[in-house]
Amino acid sequence: MKKFTLLSNRTGSLFMAPAAALVGAFVIAPFFWIIFVSFTNRTLLGKTAVNPEFVGLDNYIALFDPSNFFTRGQFGFSLILTIQFVLFSAIIGQAVLGLLLAWLMQAVPKPVKSLTETAVIGAWILPEVVIGFAWFAFLDYDNGTMNEILTSLGLPRGDWLLDYPFWVIVFFNTWRGAAFSMMLFNSAFSSIPPSYFQAADVAGASSWQKFRDIALPLVRGHVVTDLILITMWTFNVFTPYLLTKGGPSYRTEVLSIYTYRIAFRDFEFGKGAAVGVVIMFINLAFALIYLRVARKKAAGEAQ
Amino acid sequence: MIALAGASAMAAPAFATDLSITCRCVEGGANSQMAEWIKQSVIPGFEKMKSESGEDVTVTLKEFAGQDEQLTQQQALDFSTGAGADVNGFDGFLIPSFVEAGLLKPLDELAGPAVNEWEGWDHISDGSKQLMSFDGKVYGIALGTDVRMIFIRKDLFEQAGIDADSWQPTSWDDLLDAARKIKEAVPDSSPLQINAGVSMGEATTMQGYYMLVLGADSGLKDENGKWIVSSPGILDTLNFYKTVYLDEELGDRRAQLLGDGRNRTFANFRDGKTAMLVEGDWFYRAVTAPGSEFELKDRDNLMTWKKMPAREPGAGFSGQDFVTISGGTGFVLNPNTDAPEEAWDLLAYMNSKEQLEAFQTYQARIRLRDDVGIPDSPFLSETSQELLPLTTARPNDADYNKVSAEVQRMTEAVVSGEMSPEEAMEQYKAAVTEIVGAENTVSLQ
Repeated sequence: MKKFTLLSNRTGSLFMAPAAALVGAFVIAPFFWIIFVSFTNRTLLGKTAVNPEFVGLDNYIALFDPSNFFTRGQFGFSLILTIQFVLFSAIIGQAVLGLLLAWLMQAVPKPVKSLTETAVIGAWILPEVVIGFAWFAFLDYDNGTMNEILTSLGLPRGDWLLDYPFWVIVFFNTWRGAAFSMMLFNSAFSSIPPSYFQAADVAGASSWQKFRDIALPLVRGHVVTDLILITMWTFNVFTPYLLTKGGPSYRTEVLSIYTYRIAFRDFEFGKGAAVGVVIMFINLAFALIYLRVARKKAAGEAQ
Repeated sequence: MIALAGASAMAAPAFATDLSITCRCVEGGANSQMAEWIKQSVIPGFEKMKSESGEDVTVTLKEFAGQDEQLTQQQALDFSTGAGADVNGFDGFLIPSFVEAGLLKPLDELAGPAVNEWEGWDHISDGSKQLMSFDGKVYGIALGTDVRMIFIRKDLFEQAGIDADSWQPTSWDDLLDAARKIKEAVPDSSPLQINAGVSMGEATTMQGYYMLVLGADSGLKDENGKWIVSSPGILDTLNFYKTVYLDEELGDRRAQLLGDGRNRTFANFRDGKTAMLVEGDWFYRAVTAPGSEFELKDRDNLMTWKKMPAREPGAGFSGQDFVTISGGTGFVLNPNTDAPEEAWDLLAYMNSKEQLEAFQTYQARIRLRDDVGIPDSPFLSETSQELLPLTTARPNDADYNKVSAEVQRMTEAVVSGEMSPEEAMEQYKAAVTEIVGAENTVSLQ
C-alpha cells in the first residue's frame, strides 16, 4: 500500500528542522549536560564553581551511602518519604477518592453533579501559589480557619503543620489531584452501555454489586492508566514546598524539594544533578510501564 | 545618509544610563527606612548631581521583599548569568564564597582608578574596610557594623517580680532562672527565645549558636584556623537549646521550626509573649522602630537590653564574662554591570558624608565614616561602648557559608527532638569534615 504524503521527505524534514533544533537545544543538550555535571563537584559558590573537578561516581555513591541513608535530610530519607507520599496521596488518596466521586456522580441529580464537579476541578486548576497560601492560612495554629472551626465545636486545636506535616501534604495532594481521576473515571463509566446496569437493576443487584461486577472490570484499563499517570505526577510534585518548605526538620522533604535544596539553596550543582539523574531514571521506568500498558490496551481494543 | 541616521540612533542611548539598586528593603515592610532613604534622598540627589554635570542617569530601586537567604539565592544566580541590579545590598560574610566562584570583582578592577581616588576612604578605618573585603581586596562598602544582645520586655519581668533595670544575667543559669520565673507568672508566655534551626538561615548561626558557643569558650574555628567539629562547648550549647526548647519549653519551639519563624519571633516580642530575645541591634533600630512592621508602641518604656553572659563568669571566648559578635552589611557592585563607572559613582554617593548624614534621620546607627556624627541616641552610645570592646567576627573564609548551614542543621536536629545533642554534634562533625577536609578540623576534649 502506498503511503499518502503531503510533502516530499526532504521538504518535510526542512519544516521539522526548527522544532528539532529547539528540542535539541533545550531538551537533549541539557539532558547530557546534567549527566556530565553529575560526575563533577561543581557548585555555584566557592572554589569549585570556577574549577570543578571530575569526581566520577562519588556523587552517586554519597547518595546511597548506607551510613546515613535513613537520616532525615538525606537522599534515602527523601526517597522513602516520596514513596510513602505517592502511596498515600496518589494511589490511595487521589485514585480512590476520584473513583468514588465518579461512581456517586452517576446517580445524583444534574445540579449536584455539576456543582461537585466545579468544586473538584476548581481545586485542580487554581494556581499553585494561590492554593498553597490558602491552605497555609487554613491550617495555621493561631488564626487558621480549621482551628477556629474546631474551637467553636469545643474540640482542641491542632498544630497541623508542626505535628502532622506529612499527613497535611498527603491530604493536600489528595484534595488537589482527585479531579483528574474523577474526570477520567467519569468518562469511563459513561462509556458503559446503560443497558448493562438496567439489566442488573432488574436482577435486583445492589450498587456495590453493580460497581464490583460490572463497572470495575470494564474500566480496568482506565484504572491502570490513571494510576501510572498520577503516580508519576505526584512523584515529581513540588507544591508541598509552598505549605511546609520541606520542614519542619525535613519531615516533608520529598525528592523534588530535596533536589531543589541541594541545587538551589546549597548550590551544589554536581550533587543536585546526580539526584536529578536518579529521578530521571525512576520517571523513565514509570514511562516505560505506561507505554507498555497503553500499547497492550490499544492492541486489545483493536482485536 | 540613512547609515548616518542609523548610527546616531544607535549612539543616542549611550548618553542616558539606567542604574538599579536592590536590597532587602520595602517601604512599609522590612527595612522600610532604608527603602525610604534610597527613594527619597539617594536617588533624587544622585540624579540631580549627574544632570548638573550633563549626564542623564536614571536610578530605580528594586525592593526585594523575601528573606535574606532568598536574596542571596537570587544574587548568586543573577551574578552568574549576567543579570541583576547594578548596586546590590549584600552581607559581608558571603563575599569570600562569591569571590572564589568568580561572582564578584574588586571595586577598583571593575570601576577603574576613580575608586582609589574616592575621598571617603580617608574616613573609613582599615578594620571597617575588612567587613566587605577578602584577600586584601575591597568588594563593597559596609553601611556599618552591628552587635548582638538580649532584648528584654520589662512588663513581663515585672509580672514575675524581677526588676528588669537592675537585672543583668552573669551566667546561662541566670537566664534560665529568670525564664522559669516568668513562665510561672505568665504561663502562656515563651520567655526566652534564642535562634535555632534551618529556616532562620544565618540568623540562627549569628544570633543563636554563636552567642552561645562563644559563651562556652569556643568559636567556629580555633586559634590555628582549624574548624572545631566537636568540643565540650558545642555540647553545652546544644544542651542549653535542649533545656530551653524541649525539656522545659521556655521558648517558642514552633517559631524556630516553621518556615516563617523569624517574623514569628518578632511578633511574639511585640505581642508580649517573649520576655528575652537574643537579636542584633537592628532589632531596636529597624524592627521595632516606629512605622515598622513589628513596631513596639511605647518602646522606650517597655523594652531594654542586656549583655549576653558566658556560660559562667570568665568561661566565655578568650576568658570573657560577656560575649557578642559583629557582622557587616553594605552594598557591592554587580560584576556584570553595563555601566561600572556610573555604578561606582552611585555607590560612592550613597556613602558620601551628605547621604549618610541624611540616612541618620531615617535610621540612626553608628556609621563607618568617622566624619558622620553619631546621633544623640542613648541606645546607640551605650551598646557601642559596652559591646564593641567584646566583639569578634565570623571567619573570613569561603567555606563559612556551608559550615554555617551545617550549624543550622545541627541546632534544628536538637530543637526538633530528632537527635540528642551528642548525635547532632556527631553529624555536624561528619558534615563539616566533608566540606573542609579532615586536615582542617580539630576535636577538642
